[in-house]
Amino acid sequence: MGVDRREFLKITGYAALFGLGGKAAIDIFAPGELEAAMPGPALTEGKRWAMVIDIRKCLEQQAKEKDGCDACMEACHVVHNVPDWGNEKHAVKWIWQEPYEHAFPNQPNPFMTESVRHQPVILLCNHCFNPPCVRVCPTKATFKRESDGIVMMDMHRCIGCRFCMAACPYGSRSFNWGDPRKAPKDLNPEYPTNREYPERSKGVVEKCNFCAELIAKGELPACVQECDKIGAHALTFGDLNDPESNVRTLLQEHYTIRRKPELGTEPNIFYII
Amino acid sequence: MLDRALKGSQGYWGWLIFLLVLMGIGLGCWLYQFFEGLKVTGMSRDVSWGLYIGQLTYFVGVAASGVMVVLPYYLHDYKAFGRITILGEFLAVASIVMCLLFVFVDLGNPVRIMNVILYPTPNSILFWDMIVLNVYMLLNIVIGWNVLTAERKGLAYQKWIKVLIYISIPWAFSIHTVTAFLYAGLPGRHYWLTAIMAARFLSSAFCAGPALLILLCLIVKRVTTFDPGKEQIRTLAGIVTYAMLINVFFFLLELFTAFYSQIPGHMHPIVFLFKGLGGVGNLAPWMWAAAVFAVLSLILLVVPSTRRNEGTLAVACAVLIAATWIDKGLGLIVAGFTPNPFHTVTEYWPTTPEVLITIGVLATGFLVLTVLYKVAVSVKEEATA
Repeated sequence: MGVDRREFLKITGYAALFGLGGKAAIDIFAPGELEAAMPGPALTEGKRWAMVIDIRKCLEQQAKEKDGCDACMEACHVVHNVPDWGNEKHAVKWIWQEPYEHAFPNQPNPFMTESVRHQPVILLCNHCFNPPCVRVCPTKATFKRESDGIVMMDMHRCIGCRFCMAACPYGSRSFNWGDPRKAPKDLNPEYPTNREYPERSKGVVEKCNFCAELIAKGELPACVQECDKIGAHALTFGDLNDPESNVRTLLQEHYTIRRKPELGTEPNIFYII
Repeated sequence: MLDRALKGSQGYWGWLIFLLVLMGIGLGCWLYQFFEGLKVTGMSRDVSWGLYIGQLTYFVGVAASGVMVVLPYYLHDYKAFGRITILGEFLAVASIVMCLLFVFVDLGNPVRIMNVILYPTPNSILFWDMIVLNVYMLLNIVIGWNVLTAERKGLAYQKWIKVLIYISIPWAFSIHTVTAFLYAGLPGRHYWLTAIMAARFLSSAFCAGPALLILLCLIVKRVTTFDPGKEQIRTLAGIVTYAMLINVFFFLLELFTAFYSQIPGHMHPIVFLFKGLGGVGNLAPWMWAAAVFAVLSLILLVVPSTRRNEGTLAVACAVLIAATWIDKGLGLIVAGFTPNPFHTVTEYWPTTPEVLITIGVLATGFLVLTVLYKVAVSVKEEATA
């Protein structure tokens, strides 16, 4: 078990009391655990949030369970009141899985083994550094937050023109084809699942917001928390702008790929394969 | 002048009532869509635009084509078109009314439509499309109305109108160029990501629009005492012929690039349209029908005897409109979304409410067109009487 966010803050807090620096403090209070967690700057201070997804770890976890693992997806959709429409055409997806061949369709290889071809890959909004969805939005309802690079959605301003859905080359945007409260009750017995997070009206676009509401409180995104909780640690969230950060370290140590990099969108989601 | 729209034959009133009934049905369906959400349409997360945006695209073209009568008359002093410029301008007005309504019915949150003006966003092409369409509509209303008023009084129109006319000519090109830019600048939508998109749009507009205008002239000639003129229709037919040849040529250029380069992303949407992809081929019969119609219309247009015969010319115009409509009003949008970003295929077909709403908007446009044409033709009839 690594040092999680709360623990890290606690340790650095005590350390400050004792007048110690961050790394030194961790070495004293929790020796040997730094490498596992590699914390970046405080979660409210990131300049360019990014995520590194270790597909190997994810698959390891998938293999452990009979029906695979949907912990991160379940956690996200519960936290954000994402209903299940029971209909792929109207599905709302913040974080979901696609087989490798569909997640990386620009890497076709007829000689790929069947198992690789069908390997589930976790997908979410890429929070592109150069987001085409933001470029096309006629009301600035979707915008890139200057402070930390998160591509945000103002669901109270969105007119539902769906230009952003046409512009996103990753299928990361979902439209509320109907009123979420009218989603099939048998599939959503407890909707809304989180009273603290706003529900959506019909007719607006939504997507992953990198859990901006949790980051503001100094917590990791819900998917990352859940993945850590079950001990898979396949998702690492951190600041790409900081050369010493956890994500930058992972990018230094591993070969990573991004989805459709040739389009110039500069995705901030990286995959260790 | 508008009072002339209130005096008409039984046939005139019957036609208006027919349109009003279609509008009523469309409005009812739209209210259903408004309360239930866009899930009542055939659109989906993968094919997130459909029939509505296809019609927007098609009728922006029809609107822009008004310039095909305005430009020869005002820039080249081709006097014959003086008789029908008003028909071209009013067709443009009615088309833009439809375009704006098609955007409106496509919105998930139509009550927030003013957000486009409250939060102007110059980096969005939709913002510019809103501006060019509205200005083009205003230009055509002001120009058409003033020129017609002057004609009724037997006077020359005022000088400042001429300035607006000169502005309206490049403006017509701009509306369809900007509409093409809605699609042509999106990364990852291979069928749309082509530099020739605006040129294709203009060529298909400049054949489909004047073809519709020819049919309208023939109808006006039949139901009123005003004759738009033989020479006028003949010249329009020539414009339609050249524009359709260019339109088909541009499409063949797309085919060459896709199939000689053999790049899958470029080939897939076209294969989807004409053959089917991933088990979905519901548009293939339509696209082949469009191809046959296109060839048929070109044969009838290129052969001088059939082009000059009003009967066969009308057939040529009708099949040309069908061909370009299938290409632009149906295939263009769906193929842009096919295959989806995961290279799988989701089928799209409009639902009954979606079709009825579309018909309701078309009926609204034709109502505006009928009223405007009634006024224009009444004034022309009085002038010749």
